[in-house]
Amino acid sequence: MTAPQDLLDRFEALIAAGEAVEPRDWMPDGYRRMMVRQIAQHAHSEIIGMQPEGAWLTRAPSLHRKSVLLAKVQDEAGHGLYLYAAAETLGVDRADLLDALHQGRQRASATFNHPALTWADTGAIAWLTDGAAVLNQAPLSRASYGPYARAMRRVCQEEAFHVRQGYDLMRALCTGTPEQKAMAQDAVNRWWLPAVALMFGPPDTDAAGDGTRAAALGASVSKRAMAWGIKQHTNDELRQRFVDICVPQAERLGLTLPDPAIRWNAERGHYDFTPVDWDVYRRALGDDTHWARQRLAHRRAAHEDGAWVREAAAAYAARTQTASERGERS
Amino acid sequence: MSRDREGTPGSWEVFLRPRRGLAHQHVGSVRAGDPDTALLRARDLYTRRGEPLSLWVVRSDDVYAAAPDERDPYFANAEHKPYRYPHQFAPLTVGGSDGDRDH
Repeated sequence: MTAPQDLLDRFEALIAAGEAVEPRDWMPDGYRRMMVRQIAQHAHSEIIGMQPEGAWLTRAPSLHRKSVLLAKVQDEAGHGLYLYAAAETLGVDRADLLDALHQGRQRASATFNHPALTWADTGAIAWLTDGAAVLNQAPLSRASYGPYARAMRRVCQEEAFHVRQGYDLMRALCTGTPEQKAMAQDAVNRWWLPAVALMFGPPDTDAAGDGTRAAALGASVSKRAMAWGIKQHTNDELRQRFVDICVPQAERLGLTLPDPAIRWNAERGHYDFTPVDWDVYRRALGDDTHWARQRLAHRRAAHEDGAWVREAAAAYAARTQTASERGERS
Repeated sequence: MSRDREGTPGSWEVFLRPRRGLAHQHVGSVRAGDPDTALLRARDLYTRRGEPLSLWVVRSDDVYAAAPDERDPYFANAEHKPYRYPHQFAPLTVGGSDGDRDH
């Protein structure tokens, strides 16, 4: 048995060398807890994230858009499953993670606690929130935990389709009737703040921090995650990158991002925007918990309604196993 | 209702041959009670794009493994035996080192 200090040294050497940590490697408890928490939260967000767009599947305006949206929502379910599989390599069971989600002990991203009121919302969600997700996930595909990084690589490959189809949907509306364009603008007005604030997490640098304990805590969690090679960039760096990408895209569509502070800053070489401090962040969370409850209730109902399928599959598995055992004996 | 019936079924490791000329590669895992269902779930999860050629599923419990961290001497033959590598020997050509590699 190796002494704990040797194990820790070896773990830190792996991280320092930019090597992947694999499931059977020794790892500090704090690292394992942070990974389980992050992967589970990510997995939950993928499956809860199916709901706002999923609600529009039966009301898609054409067969083409319906096929695209089906494929997209199916991908989200798949992303959840990649991630639950990755979490299980850390010694947890996905049934327990789902229980934790259903009982409110673990959460999904608050982004999806906003309603998708019109068809244009499906486009705005894909363009903005999936666009934000890509920026988070591309560096995560180099995260230090091997199974998580590999899951992220698969997710990223599919996410590019999500963003493109969302932008394409918005473009179709923006080149349509004035009513369609107004619908697109309205959806962007709703989804900009959740995307820019919630998708990147709370402020975690001094620039956006407000000197409160919450800000200091956010910064220290980010620092820990960066020291362990889980994160490569602060939330605020990625947020800036997102704004820089979205502003010209919105201009091409002829849409206005709902932030009057957005303007090019030649000195910094970036777009300025209203800093996401804790006030803005809390405002983005929304004070109406109706949709948060709704998302969770829907998820729970889907799980309970599917119980008979799991039971039937278990009964089938038991029967085929018995049959094959009989076959071997005879 | 017991966890066995209500909880998640067994875990299966999934191996995919993504295209011709490549070996099957481990891509992740699925949960299923029986091999046919495991294959169906692996297909739905890991082959939505590309032109996959073949899928294997193996019960996770049936993977018999050795990891270097747990059995240090187990993989010792890979280290400290420099004579197993071509570049330890005189090059085949005068200038370059290209010719002294196997490929």
